[in-house]
Amino acid sequence: MESLNVYASRLVTKREHFAPGHRACQGCAEALAVRLVAKALGQNVVVASATGCMEIISTPFPFTNWRVPWIHVAFENAAAVATGAEGAYRALVRKGALPEKGTVFLGMGGDGGTSDIGLQALSGAFERGHRFIYVCYDNEAYMNTGVQRSSGTPFGASTTTSPAGKLKAGQVTWKKNMPEIAAAHGIPYVATACSSYPFDLMKKVEKAAKAGGPAYIHILSVCPTGWGLPSEKAIWIGRLAVETGVFPLYEVEQGRYRITVDVPAQRPVGDYLKPQGRFRHLTPEIVEQIQTRVTAEWEKLRAKTAL
Amino acid sequence: MKKPVKSEEELGWKDIEVGCTVSDAGNAAQYRTGDWRSTRPVWDHTRCVKCGVCYIFCPDSAVRKNEEGYFEADLFYCKGCGICAQECITACIKMVEEAEE
Repeated sequence: MESLNVYASRLVTKREHFAPGHRACQGCAEALAVRLVAKALGQNVVVASATGCMEIISTPFPFTNWRVPWIHVAFENAAAVATGAEGAYRALVRKGALPEKGTVFLGMGGDGGTSDIGLQALSGAFERGHRFIYVCYDNEAYMNTGVQRSSGTPFGASTTTSPAGKLKAGQVTWKKNMPEIAAAHGIPYVATACSSYPFDLMKKVEKAAKAGGPAYIHILSVCPTGWGLPSEKAIWIGRLAVETGVFPLYEVEQGRYRITVDVPAQRPVGDYLKPQGRFRHLTPEIVEQIQTRVTAEWEKLRAKTAL
Repeated sequence: MKKPVKSEEELGWKDIEVGCTVSDAGNAAQYRTGDWRSTRPVWDHTRCVKCGVCYIFCPDSAVRKNEEGYFEADLFYCKGCGICAQECITACIKMVEEAEE
């Protein structure tokens, strides 16, 4: 599928495995990311979902949006449950109790459920080498409880637990580099994606399903409510995150880095920070500090792709 | 979707399956989210090139293709976020205020 073709959307399957009627906020790019992942994986998939926005909005009892088997688990063990289901399936196939149908096992969680609370279960799952995919929907804070900071929150962002004031300009630490942590496990496939680039995202999910080992996909999912944006700008700001270099789109296949959406001439980070309410308080000095960091990170990534 | 889902008030303990599982996959499609909307997308068919960008970017899977090949919003689900109007390549989608009924 040519990702640049305007008409590429018409080639995508019309089947929705994540049914409409979910209760996400207007313009939720995270729900869009879930929809695209579900489209890419098809019917033959088992999903284990950690607590978070995507659990709240898709399965308020007695409703469910999922048209595939779906398990809700606690915040910390989405990866453990996904790999447990995978292990049970492989054992039953080995004993001849189930036919081998190439079922895909998907663990999913938000940035809190992945990089804060679920990290040790996820690390263990990567280390044991299960054939499963873990997708992190990163909206850069704990959005379902009302925008609290997580380790995925970027430097300078104002949240309810890292408020901007006279002494501090929002979040004081830098965003945890979760894809690099996953890549350091030496797993076959790691990628970053963004719902503003749907074909790139779906291609990466399809690749992850065929990786033959643990695969990790980190999806930047814009949250208009938490980021202080009008709902229609959700896709637009995701594109800016990539064009400014704040969130580079790349994949690591068997240890080889490749930038999938190249940005030859990067825009200044101010273009990305300015429209967002959570960065409204930033002074030019702090923006400059963020720019320096983004450029340095980008250079580091470039150096890795050259290897 | 086989049976309509009972509301929380009507739901008794006899209706609940073991382990509170929900066996009717995708039954949330019965849930109307269209009444959240304050603006509604309207397509200008003279400029629409039927590319489907509105379809791929809709977070609520509310954009469908009709028999003529044009895309249109399913107003049962459309929350009126305006992403389709913002992303449309030919800018043929306009958000129109929902009038009081």
